[in-house]
Amino acid sequence: MTESSALADNVRALIGFTAEPVVMEVERGAIKRFCEAVGDSNPLFTDEEYAKNGPYGDVICPPGFFGWPIKPAPIMAEPTATMTAEFAKAGFPGLLDGGIDYEIYIPIYSGDVIVSSAKIADVYEREVKGGKSLFGVIEITYTNQNGDMVCKARRILIGRQA
Amino acid sequence: MQGAEDFDRSPSIIKTGVNEMAEIKQLYWEDVEVGDEVTTLPKIATTMMLVKWAGASGDFNPHHYDDKSPMAAATGSIIVHGALKRQWLIQLMTDWIGDKGKLRKFSCQYRRLDFPRRMANFVDPMEGETWLCKGTVTKKYVEDDQHLVECEIWVENGQGEKAVPGNATVALPYQGAK
Repeated sequence: MTESSALADNVRALIGFTAEPVVMEVERGAIKRFCEAVGDSNPLFTDEEYAKNGPYGDVICPPGFFGWPIKPAPIMAEPTATMTAEFAKAGFPGLLDGGIDYEIYIPIYSGDVIVSSAKIADVYEREVKGGKSLFGVIEITYTNQNGDMVCKARRILIGRQA
Repeated sequence: MQGAEDFDRSPSIIKTGVNEMAEIKQLYWEDVEVGDEVTTLPKIATTMMLVKWAGASGDFNPHHYDDKSPMAAATGSIIVHGALKRQWLIQLMTDWIGDKGKLRKFSCQYRRLDFPRRMANFVDPMEGETWLCKGTVTKKYVEDDQHLVECEIWVENGQGEKAVPGNATVALPYQGAK
């Protein structure tokens, strides 16, 4: 018996779910607030004067920040929200973030407009610490206003059986 | 236990949890050897930091700010965002590699739940746990004209456990043979 054969139909149906792309704007102020929240005072990300004379000629985002949605998507259209709802129906409530994997190609500059496209790439069940857990993999690609791929991400979400 | 006060690069973290970079140094590929340590970055998660992160990152899941939400009630505390710990580890690398270094690949897994310190007042956290972001160099090589270094990285919690293990690959500037 394969792992996936145990999946509830509504959970299996999540594989391939593709969300509407989200358009995000990278504002200087948002980069600063992000860095302040982390406690990251690197002037490459926060100091325009310093960044002007640096290798990029302008403020860039710390890897991991992609700007804020210009028009937030309806929450149930998001892969995470959809996965959370369907996992809960199958008896796996309360999704936790399991981890992330980034491949980073080019920097994101202040002023860029980033399009993020996310899809649910996989869902599988596993025994963890004596209980069943559902794992969901969300693949996200980030593209800038020139059509260049800036980053690919794989996010793992974990639901524990109730 | 090693505390934040052992790291003279970031005196302000003791009060605010915010690291100030002491100076910006450029790391070069030829100066790195397998087995070298990445410069340790101490962090203190506070309830205030979690509120700021929720706003800055857009993660408004209640178990990160509401003690009475089901998951936080079950664990007895609001929970530190996994992505915040990810961002600490990204800062570990971007601080270390300097302006001309580039983070190429990054991965981490959130293996433990972490709970923030409460705030004693508007500025100072209460006494409690300090997290240390650490790394060691595991591989050094040249590929497609890029001078690359791979590191094993992790966030160590107050109990000395690797709460968030991961890996990072960086491209560093190279000035030629010594």
